[in-house]
Amino acid sequence: MSHKLRRAFSRSLASVLVVAGFAFASQGPAFGEQAKAGEESKGPETTSFTLKNGLQVVVIPDRRAPVVTHMIWYRVGSADEKPGKSGIAHYLEHLMFKGTKTVPAGVFSAKVAEIGGQENAFTSTDYTGYYQKVSPQALEEMMRLEADRMSNLVLTDETVLPERDVIQEERRSRTDNNPGSQLGEAVQAALYQNHPYGIPVIGWQHEVQALTKEDAIEFYNKYYTPNNAVLVVAGDVSADSVKEMAEKTYGKVARRAEPGLRRRPQEPEPKAARTVSLSDPRVTSASWQRTFLVPSYTTAKPGEAEALDILGEILGGSSTSRLYKQLVKSAKLAASAGGYYQGSALDDTRFMVYATPRQGVTLEQIEVEIDKVITELLTNGVSEKEVARGINRQLKSVIFSRDSQSTLARIYGASLMVGETIEDIEQWPSRISKVTVKDVNAVARKYLKKIRSVTGYLRPEKNRS
Amino acid sequence: MKNLISIPVRAKFIALLGLIVALIVLPVTSVKAVEIQTVTSPGGITALLVEDYTVPLIAVSMAFNGGATQENAEKEGLANILSSLLDEGAGDIKSEEFQLKLDDLGMELGFSAGYDSFTGRLKTLRSSRNEAFDMLRLALTKPRFDTEPIERMRAAQLSILQNSLKKPQVIAGKAWRKSVFGDHPYARSVGGTIEAVKGLKRDDIVLLHKKLLAKDNLVIGVVGAISAKELSVMLDVVFGDLPAKAELKPVAEAKLNVGTTQKVELKIPQSIIRVVFDGLKRSDKDFYAAYLMNYVLGGGSFSSRLYEEIREKRGLAYGVYTYLGTQDHAGFIGGGTATRADRADETLKILLAEVERMAKDGPTKEELEKAKKYITGSYAISNLDTSGKIASVLVAIQRENLGIDYIDKRAEYIAAVTIEDTRRMARKLLSNKPTIVIVGPKGS
Repeated sequence: MSHKLRRAFSRSLASVLVVAGFAFASQGPAFGEQAKAGEESKGPETTSFTLKNGLQVVVIPDRRAPVVTHMIWYRVGSADEKPGKSGIAHYLEHLMFKGTKTVPAGVFSAKVAEIGGQENAFTSTDYTGYYQKVSPQALEEMMRLEADRMSNLVLTDETVLPERDVIQEERRSRTDNNPGSQLGEAVQAALYQNHPYGIPVIGWQHEVQALTKEDAIEFYNKYYTPNNAVLVVAGDVSADSVKEMAEKTYGKVARRAEPGLRRRPQEPEPKAARTVSLSDPRVTSASWQRTFLVPSYTTAKPGEAEALDILGEILGGSSTSRLYKQLVKSAKLAASAGGYYQGSALDDTRFMVYATPRQGVTLEQIEVEIDKVITELLTNGVSEKEVARGINRQLKSVIFSRDSQSTLARIYGASLMVGETIEDIEQWPSRISKVTVKDVNAVARKYLKKIRSVTGYLRPEKNRS
Repeated sequence: MKNLISIPVRAKFIALLGLIVALIVLPVTSVKAVEIQTVTSPGGITALLVEDYTVPLIAVSMAFNGGATQENAEKEGLANILSSLLDEGAGDIKSEEFQLKLDDLGMELGFSAGYDSFTGRLKTLRSSRNEAFDMLRLALTKPRFDTEPIERMRAAQLSILQNSLKKPQVIAGKAWRKSVFGDHPYARSVGGTIEAVKGLKRDDIVLLHKKLLAKDNLVIGVVGAISAKELSVMLDVVFGDLPAKAELKPVAEAKLNVGTTQKVELKIPQSIIRVVFDGLKRSDKDFYAAYLMNYVLGGGSFSSRLYEEIREKRGLAYGVYTYLGTQDHAGFIGGGTATRADRADETLKILLAEVERMAKDGPTKEELEKAKKYITGSYAISNLDTSGKIASVLVAIQRENLGIDYIDKRAEYIAAVTIEDTRRMARKLLSNKPTIVIVGPKGS
């Protein structure tokens, strides 16, 4: 796949806030023309209900193939960890595969494999999720097994200790072997002066290596309870049958805890521009990045997050964006350049811009040029056409996401985890369509300020560029 | 994905060398028939089609036989650069305008070069299909190759190459390829080298485009909201202007040189280990037996012997895998893992011991049965769940001559493999000493 195509595809996955029942603007060939209505604007008809024990269930029909995606999401992530216990959310995620009172370690995974299913799990700052993709006949058994490990996990030293080595190897692969990731951790830590988003999801090495079975059990007992979870089922299945199966399986799990409101220490108003730099002999080409602290879809005033999404498109979303056009095409200083808004988060989030210099170009030259692009945008504002194109790109990702039930399930799950409602998700296309030039200019001027940002420099150790 | 904070518990280490590793079986039991139609246009261009109107999208996948193997040695990276330039201006439309138009049409278009083929993908809304197909036509038949995009794509590729000079995974990959494939084009990188990419000329690009993109080496798969009649018209419009015949130079069958050990010193906390054994091609009659045997050894992501011994029992690594590398002119079994530098020797020993055990006794009957169930059941779940993936399957069926009934027949092919077949394959492919590459700090 070409780099460009990969970028386009990863974007449609990255725009976590998408989908469904909408009336959006133009997708037609004649730009700006009204949509041809009808066929393309129909979203999936989702159903949602809540079991007596507080578990919310969302069903997204997709009857094209005999496949169903079953995902359980817990409203807990690394930002909910106690000080000194970084990495416990992710460690517990691994340990959830180690067996229960009645289902020994490996049996759940073996069942999934036996029917040709796919499974995995993931941890973010705000949520933890587990999923299986299987044929519809196997759905009830998946529900039974997943419900079982919601309350019956059994951990022994025999399973827990090797897994702690595994997550340290995972940390080495992701971070320690990669100077770029190390810079990323440092930038994040500098951006969040008070909020736990400054701590990496995988945890700091010295804390991860000291995590215990007891830490995991404590975390599990506090957060893994039906009233703190959302079940998303997408695929070849009816809402009625999901309801029946969910009541028979998840419905039997008692409430185990009351996790309460999710209140983390919030960021103070930023006052100082920060810079972080990392030089390493393993770095063979330099790169530049700047991250601004901005509100998320959950914390923003109405309309601001949508405007930030469009700002991300205009500034850095494609090869027709301002950063790419100026840095890569016109000034020919950069090999790549772009930016984006990471809108989905429970608390204040990030707006990123980045560039990689061409050979012989310094990071200082890159920075001067990016500052020019941003200043120009702040001074003269964006154009109607740019806003319309940005909206179009965002809406396109909505339609394309309907081609993948897993993507749909992920969009719904992630959005519900950060406090959105199904209504919010389904009305997003109409809200994004209403973004105006004025909205985009307003958020740009309010948030793209250096004092809200951390600039990161990655350099080879010798002959600094 | 850009979301750097989402961590999957078990990364899948599936290397896709050629289209075929992804192509596994179908459960006869659970699949609603995927009805494949063969559509041939009045101009004689053929495509496979799966009609589906559930979502108003059309996905098109295509492959031209011949990829990076068609480059001369000193032009390493040429096919890759070509793939980045087709959507950078075509016909009267210059680069930026072309990109804007793709955006306005709400379509996705991309090209990619592999060792053995040059592929393209398009995704469009049904409502703008005619305009989208016209953009594809222009990209394939009338690319401009203007200086500005050539220099821009060259700079981007040089930056990628420069950036990866000390990436342990890249170093390991280059080292084993060079060692195993010697002078064969498979020893090179599709992305090229810094020197070669610097030296590429516009004429090189124009010439490769002319030689490589033709009608007689092209296969097409289409999925979505389009009828056979509409497709038949579209095929001539889009592909009709391509030259009738490609000018491909013959590529020799690769003779694998397997059995050397190489250490590359790099100061990193985690060592990278790669192993390469003899293998077989996709067209080999024993392909399925080898595929099942490999699943048991290290192909099954969470259930293989290597996963169990190296990760589950000992916590030595986050990921460990083996795979069948099937290219048009070579077959091999690749494997790898990454582990704390001071445990690299221990990990490699366990890995090789498991390989030896497999070479000696093959899988157990129970393991083979499990492998068959997985490989049969996973086909629809992994390969037929989005339009784009089905379109890729349609292309692979044609490239590998698997037959239009392949999706229905696959389960039978798998079922027919015996335990003796898998043992024979294990003995044959895994008995010799592999090529081993370790990238890590001194002494590891």
